[in-house]
Amino acid sequence: MLLKDIIEKLELKVLNLANENVDVKDAYASDLLSDVMGKSKAGQIWITLQTHKNVSAICSLKDLAAVIIIGNGQPDPDMLEHAKEEEVCVLSTPDSCFNICGKLYELIK
Amino acid sequence: MIFKADLHIHSVLSPCGDLEMSPSAIIAEAKSKGLNIIGISDHNSTRNALVASKIGQKNDVFVLCGAEVTTKEEVHCLCFMPDENTLLEFQNFLDSKYIFFQNDPDKFGYQLVVDEDENIVDQIDTLLINAIDCGIEDLQKKVYELNGIFIPAHVDKPRFSLSSQLVFIPENLKFDALELSKYAEKNNFLQNFSWFSLNRFITSSDAHYIPDIGTVYTELEMETPSFENIRSALKNIKPR
Repeated sequence: MLLKDIIEKLELKVLNLANENVDVKDAYASDLLSDVMGKSKAGQIWITLQTHKNVSAICSLKDLAAVIIIGNGQPDPDMLEHAKEEEVCVLSTPDSCFNICGKLYELIK
Repeated sequence: MIFKADLHIHSVLSPCGDLEMSPSAIIAEAKSKGLNIIGISDHNSTRNALVASKIGQKNDVFVLCGAEVTTKEEVHCLCFMPDENTLLEFQNFLDSKYIFFQNDPDKFGYQLVVDEDENIVDQIDTLLINAIDCGIEDLQKKVYELNGIFIPAHVDKPRFSLSSQLVFIPENLKFDALELSKYAEKNNFLQNFSWFSLNRFITSSDAHYIPDIGTVYTELEMETPSFENIRSALKNIKPR
């Protein structure tokens, strides 16, 4: 499913829009950046509660389609700045990790 | 002169610290192991550091007073303060950043504040191993505002470290040194995380039990131990 359709269907808040026409087939949920660095795959959506600038750096390095920040978390200002520069798609949701993963799984798996 | 420094030791204030880890027992062990400088770095609290420092003064062991703070990213960082006033101010800062969670001593261990004679004078309610509500850069800024020493802890560990939680060293983060655990050589950290290279490293024991104290240490060169001399000696460590 296209990222823009996922954003619409899951009512995600867009904090920085990029990659909206990317076809997303998979996702990865983890709050340990080293784990995401090692195990995530290009094109996945990443679900996390972390809001540090390095989140955006890893999205860009691993070519992830987007990051969804759970629980209405606010990215640190320099994370958003970096995301804009590097065209990283940053989304947020009031949902818990479990709930947003479940909804996303229903949608794309 | 070369001084032996083990800058990462937990006391009975840390829930995971052994109940034998009273400030007086720590100083006695440090002295018997030939350590000249130790750091008292309990999880998120400085409340046993001054007592250790006083006992250290009488026994020729210089004590750096501070805490091992867990940032909101769950990165452990050693933070040391230059004097009693800044230590108090840093403790007030920590108090304002706790996310309260009642400690259950049966599950996590006791969090005891003690005096020079090992009497228990206080018990901390909030679980000290939790993250505080402060990011790593903001913590570092606070430490430097108070003219302290800031050292991200055991950066090689796969848990609660700069490498595990954030992978990269944030570009705006300043620090006096990076700490390696005693397992760093075995896990070839600097080969696997080459981007951590060319920094100044210390090695400390992260002792939670008496026999752990001084099992590894860092040799620091200075005239005589003092907070400022330790800061300068850290700056003179050869990068690797």
